[in-house]
This record gives sequence, structure tokens and C-alpha cells, in this order.
Amino acid sequence: MENAVVKATSYILVHTPDILKEGGSTQTTTRKKDKDDAYLSKIDEHLRSFAEVVGYGPNQAYIGNIKPDQLNEISQPWYNKDNLLEEKREGKMGEIMPEREFYYLVKAVDVFDLVKLTEEFAQAGKEVIAKHPILNKMSLNIAGEKVVKIEELIDKGIAIPLKLDNELIGCVKQAHDTDINLNAHVIYENLISKASAVLALKNLEEKNDIDLKEVEYILECSEEACGDINQRGGGNFAKAIGEIAGCVNATGSDVRSFCAAPSHALVNAAALVKAGVYKNVVVLAGGSVAKLGMNGKDHVKKEMPILEDTLGGFAVLVSENDGESPVIRTDIIGRHQVGTGSSPQAVISSLVTDPLDKHDLKITDIDKYSVEMQNPEITKPAGAGNVPESNYKMIAALGVKRGDLERKELMNFVKNHGMPGFAPTQGHIPSGVPYLGHAMEAIKKGELKRAMIIGKGSLFLGRMTNLFDGISFVVEKNPGLKKAEKSLSDQEIKNLLAEAMQKTADNLLAELE
Amino acid sequence: MDLENQKRIKEIADEYGAENLMVILGGAEAEASGLACETVTNGDPTFAGPLAGVQLGLACYHVLESEIKEEFDPEVYDEQISMMEMVLDVDAIVEEVKTYREKYSEYK
Repeated sequence: MENAVVKATSYILVHTPDILKEGGSTQTTTRKKDKDDAYLSKIDEHLRSFAEVVGYGPNQAYIGNIKPDQLNEISQPWYNKDNLLEEKREGKMGEIMPEREFYYLVKAVDVFDLVKLTEEFAQAGKEVIAKHPILNKMSLNIAGEKVVKIEELIDKGIAIPLKLDNELIGCVKQAHDTDINLNAHVIYENLISKASAVLALKNLEEKNDIDLKEVEYILECSEEACGDINQRGGGNFAKAIGEIAGCVNATGSDVRSFCAAPSHALVNAAALVKAGVYKNVVVLAGGSVAKLGMNGKDHVKKEMPILEDTLGGFAVLVSENDGESPVIRTDIIGRHQVGTGSSPQAVISSLVTDPLDKHDLKITDIDKYSVEMQNPEITKPAGAGNVPESNYKMIAALGVKRGDLERKELMNFVKNHGMPGFAPTQGHIPSGVPYLGHAMEAIKKGELKRAMIIGKGSLFLGRMTNLFDGISFVVEKNPGLKKAEKSLSDQEIKNLLAEAMQKTADNLLAELE
Repeated sequence: MDLENQKRIKEIADEYGAENLMVILGGAEAEASGLACETVTNGDPTFAGPLAGVQLGLACYHVLESEIKEEFDPEVYDEQISMMEMVLDVDAIVEEVKTYREKYSEYK
């Protein structure tokens, strides 16, 4: 069996300052407690413009215009106006979309008429959509609604307002009168996640010249849940996303494991392709509304911009071996098992050294590790430290304990085998997967031989277990297609068997006669 | 500090008495560890959780502090903690936690 390959990747961001204010969990819980809270009144002063978001180094790394390591060459804070990069909203691997355009996409992915846009805003959409290289091919039908009707729904408390620059431009209404699983907020989060996943999938198609009709299976791996009172997490975001994007020959399902889900989904995709079940599987996820402005209070307190102002999304096409694209080594899989334990040593051993040991590989045989790639400028002011750097130090420290590394080499290992964090803190989005596109490119160019993608998840947040989760896999240079061996095919064997049985039957019949 | 954890600590303190409780932190960062220590001794400084304005004065140590390390079976400590001991800024974490403990802990 041939290993599956990472054929193409896409990465998108959506700048959503108004959705941050309306739907981010820090903001909603603060507002619920006290709508006049001082933090809420300060948010506007700390929000960035679209231009600032586009020019932000980590965002340019996320959409593929610079390598993550290039962030080391930019002075910090990266958000400082003097340190911003050229404003390229189009990326080699995706794009950064402004909130105005995104609202039309949210409307377009709603098939139950739950999103209402004002007539004025809907009308203005025609021009916006026509200018966008992807939206203009999607035959979006954007109908408008009277403002008074929208205001009425919001006043009744059955709709979440959609705003742009603090002006009302529409709403998302509840999908059921009594079922909390279908209330306005849940629908709002789910439609926004769906829309951002569609954007990632359409970028995968557009930027890589892929025919989405050839996709046979979609694995969606966000952290949202859709369902109703009788099946709260029934799913299936995957098919819903594939339907909008035009994957008419695909089916799909959702994979969940908090932030570890993308890595689980990629391993599953690789296995499905390697086993020959499907030729093309897409792994994708949209963004998380709840995590917008999650650390906003700390950012405001530290007099800096609220940096969690973008939704993230990605899509990866896993295909049968083409002899060129990097292969996913399904035989080098690290798993945090039920019995592994939760100490950092046990976790890193299970994810990094256990799978490498089985193949006589050293920690240093992996050129780059992609861990939890959260942007440190977001997490450090909130007291969570530099997450990727801590992960690299842990891998290195384990290497020192095992004798793979000298202690004095610890920080060199961090520098050479790691990279600065560059992904938004959108839970599943920064977890291992952001580097896959960069790894693919570097491996193809011969700059890297091997990279390990590590996903980790905090299962205990769901209160069903105290366990932690993690899964890792290795991508490496494609060794080329195996030469077709001269052997009998299954069909030839069947034909030979049938021929022999026929002869035996004929002989028996002849004897009876 | 996580609001749910604050609630659980408050409940345990109410049930068993603050004098019978010790909090052992495992935070990976000095500021966050200090904040957790402050929360269980002097109350939630962010005034967001159940310990806002509640001065439990609990005994609170970080697992990297020598007083706690001495209590461990060295083999267990090596297996569970030693790798992180190599990675973390131990001095900064210990200093931060100690500062809040000495200031606000009633049961040291």
C-alpha cells in the first residue's frame, strides 16, 4: 500500500471586530454580568483596522506569504505600526477577508433563511461580491430584509445582531422557539464556523487548481456542535460545508477531540486514502466565534491591541500517492493513550519519542516540529507564556534526559527545530496543522526532509474525563512511486480460479454421464 | 484562575476548613502561578469568580518549590516533574508564589 500525500493546503483568516464584540465568550459573559463594564467600553479603542490585521507578520505567515522563521527577523511587538509588513490580503495559501465581505458569505451558507441582511446592505453586496475572485463564482443570492423587521427580531430577544463598524446590517435568528440547541447564539456560532470553513475550502480549490467534484470524503474538525434537543452534537458540518462549496461527489463526517481534532482527522484521512477507500479526502475547519477576544481584558490592561480579532480556517487535501507531494507516514504515529498519564514527560514521550524509537529515529532526525503554534504576542500578556517555545523546550529537555542532546544544545534545538508561533488562538486552528502548508512547500523544495505535526487537546474541559489528548504524525519527502511489480492482479487470480473450477465441474459432469 | 476551579476550592474549604487545605500549583509560568496563589489566599484579583473578595488564606505552594519537592519519592519526582524543571523558569515561579504566600497565607 502506498502512503497518502498532502496534496494541497489552504489557510484563511477573517477580520471580525464586530463579531468579537457581539459573540466572543469573554465579551458575552462580561456583558451578561454588567452591560456597563469598563472593559466593554474600552474595546473599540483597542481594535485594529483591516490594514493593520493584514500587515501583521503572524497573519502573513499564516496565509503563506512569509515563512514562520522570518518572524524572527521582525522586531517585536509585531503589531507595532513600524513593524507591519506589506498589506497583502491574498496569500500563497489563502487570504484574509474583511468582515463586510464575510457577512455576505454567512448569508450565503445559510439554507434555512435564518440570516437577515438589511435591504441596503444586501444591495451593496452585489458590487463587493463581483470584485472577489472566489465569491463571484459562487452564484450567491443575497436577498434583503426591512430594517424594522430585523430590529423587531432583535428586540424580541430571538436574534443576534450583525453589525459593521457598530452599525446594524442584519441579524441571525433562532431556528426554534424553545430548543436551546437551536437558539440564535448557537446558530450564529455555527453559521460563522461553516462560512469560514467554506472560505477555506474554496481557497483550496482556487489557489491549487483543484476540482472539488473529485473530493470523495470530507472530515470536519472544528470545536463546534450542531444538532437539536434530541441529538445535541448530531453533526454533520462536513457535508453542509461540502454542499455549499460544490463537492457534489463527496460525503463526510465530523471528528472531535478539542484542539487535537485536526491531527486526528489528518491521520484518519491518510488511512482512508492509503487503504484505498477514497482517493481524495479533505480535512477542514472553520473558526471559533467564542474565542474572539478571549484574552481581551489582559490585552486592554496591557495597553495593546486586542489581537484575537480574526477567525481562522484551513483545508487540507489528502490524496493518493502522486510520487511528488510529501507523504504522511501512517507508520510513525504518536498517540497519547488512555494509560499514558498526564505528566508533561509522559505526554511528550508518547507523542514524540515513542513513535520515533520504533523507527530508530532520534529527536534531531525531525527537521521541524509543529506543535501548538499559538502566537506568543497573544498568550504572553495573558499569563500563558510562549506556548510553542515551551513545547520545543519540553521536546529538547526530553532529548537531554534520553541523551539525544547535550544540555547546552537545548536552546539551539528550540531555534533550529522549532519556529515562532504565528497562528491565532482559535483552539483547533493553531494545533499542529498551521505549519503543514509550509512543511509541504519546504519538503518539495528540498529544504526539509521531515516534519512532525503534533495536535494536543484538553479533553477535561468537557467534564467527561480528566484525560488529556494528543496525536502526532510525520510528513516527509516523497520517495517516488514504487515500481509496479510483475505479479498477478486480483482479477487474473479470480479468472484462473474460475477456469480451474469450471474444468473440475466439467470433469465431474463427464464422470456422472 | 479558572472560575470552576475557584468554585471547587471554595466548596472544599467550606466543607473541610481552610486550615486543613493546601493548594499545590503546577502552573508553567510565574505570573499565572502568582495569580493563582493570590486567588486562593487573598481572593480573585480580577473579581470575576467565586473567590472575588473571599480571603481564604490557604497554604499554597508550587510543586517546584523545595519544601514540596522534598516530600516526593525522588523516583516519582524524576518521572513526573524533572523534565519540566529543566524547561521552566523555576526561580521566577518560586519567587512569585512565595511573595503572595508570605503576604496573604494564614496557614503556612
